[in-house]
Amino acid sequence: MKGKWLAAVVMLPFIVVFGAFQIAPFLWMTLHSFSSEAEGWGIDNYRLILTSPFYRQAIAFSLQITFWSSLFGLVIALIGSYSLRQLGATRLRSAVMSFTNMTSNFTGVPLAFAFVILLGTNGCVTLILRRYGWFGDFSLYSKTGLMVLYTYFQIPLGVLLLYPAFDALSEDWRESAALLGAGQIRYWRYIGLPILAPALMGTFVILLANALGAYATIFALTSGNFNVIPIRISALVAGDLDLDPNLASALGMFLVLLMVVITLVHHWMMRRSYTHSQP
Amino acid sequence: MSRSENLYHHSVVTLLLIILLLPLAATLVYAFSSQWGSTILPEGFTLKWMAQLWQDPRFLVALGHSLLICFAALLLALVLVLPLMFVIAYYFPQLDSVMNVLILLPFAVPPVVSSVGLLQLYSDGPLALTGTPWILIGCYFTIALPFIYRAITNNMQAIHLRDLMDAAQLLGASTWRAAWLVVLPNLRKGCTIAILLSFSFLIGEFVFANLLVGNRFETLQVYLYNSRNGSGHFTSALVISYFFVVLLLTLVANAVSRDKE
Repeated sequence: MKGKWLAAVVMLPFIVVFGAFQIAPFLWMTLHSFSSEAEGWGIDNYRLILTSPFYRQAIAFSLQITFWSSLFGLVIALIGSYSLRQLGATRLRSAVMSFTNMTSNFTGVPLAFAFVILLGTNGCVTLILRRYGWFGDFSLYSKTGLMVLYTYFQIPLGVLLLYPAFDALSEDWRESAALLGAGQIRYWRYIGLPILAPALMGTFVILLANALGAYATIFALTSGNFNVIPIRISALVAGDLDLDPNLASALGMFLVLLMVVITLVHHWMMRRSYTHSQP
Repeated sequence: MSRSENLYHHSVVTLLLIILLLPLAATLVYAFSSQWGSTILPEGFTLKWMAQLWQDPRFLVALGHSLLICFAALLLALVLVLPLMFVIAYYFPQLDSVMNVLILLPFAVPPVVSSVGLLQLYSDGPLALTGTPWILIGCYFTIALPFIYRAITNNMQAIHLRDLMDAAQLLGASTWRAAWLVVLPNLRKGCTIAILLSFSFLIGEFVFANLLVGNRFETLQVYLYNSRNGSGHFTSALVISYFFVVLLLTLVANAVSRDKE
């Protein structure tokens, strides 16, 4: 029994440090999100977030950028990783795989700078496209521009997560389907995509979470002048004016809640698809 | 596979590679070009920006800060997590499910959200940690935890912990002696991979570094952000140097994990 006691003591330092830097801040925020300077305890912070046009715009922009960048990222990753898979063990495949691994760390401030060089006002791709008149009124600093940027950093993560999922897709089925007269479209509609569905859903959820909490890239690109939830949170605790940590807590809790909802929807869909597949 | 299919897959993968490569390639060219303003191709090449960067004392200090914080955080993580994981695997296997929930927290609560509570808790009083490297070491420990925990769990499952411990005890070793001399050396590979991978994303961490500490203990990413209004060539040289470090670490990590198989 003495061994067990000693073993429990060994866990103590971990509990203290993890508690201090992960659990305690979260508990503080949960508590203080229900306290507002003007009104005392209550749900005023949450009411303000959901009624003020300014915060509603931040929520809408966050959701739009998150959803579309995750969807585009997922589609590109799906097409890319399937072709990557079909290449077989070639030199090109291993090069692309290790490069994908590397670029999954290419986010935040360096990525924002790289995109300014590429697609900024005087970026090299901007200049080429503008010369041929294909550029239109695209701006990297607009919502569309941010979607492009977010999609870029979703691709490597999507490929890394989806690539192993193709193990579930046997090459024999494709040949059988072809023998029975199914074309490419019918094969993907009735066999390929349904089999990959759980992996696609799981990857989509991770991409959503990845984009929803992203702060560094958008902050570096717009110096905090684009209205999304993470930017609002940081402005409320580290901005130049209007500091309100309680309201920031409520916004933070709202963001965490969104992530929880996304995860729960995913769980529910997985369970449903599982029960459906039962005979 | 038919020839047209093969051609299709090759083009898709090549296109993917070009898309992924484009921002980096542009930064690379920018870092080594003397002037690249309103023309499509740069006007000339130079090593000036790289030389200027590596002679800048502020850059070297920031790099030193980053390395120090990352290594301290990883050391802290190993010192705290290794005994914990051994104890859980050997004495309290039922706690494994609790840990699997705990390590999701750093994902569910993004750094920008966590910072709100951290700033309020540690800004004054006896625990005035904001603005010091200590708070970053603590926070980096939490965000590296999921990766370290996963990597070491995989390693632990592969070594048959119980058999190893039984054998060591049969030969007369005490539990803790066996853990130290038998189990720990067997976890070396898992630890190496965990450290290399965590290091390459910790050194790219910006949110905690900017919000909790900022200029008071400037790290590489904060320095990069602060130099945004200077020469674009200079910041490109910085991005490329940073990426080169990450590249090296990833290559070493890949080599180590391939070695394992």
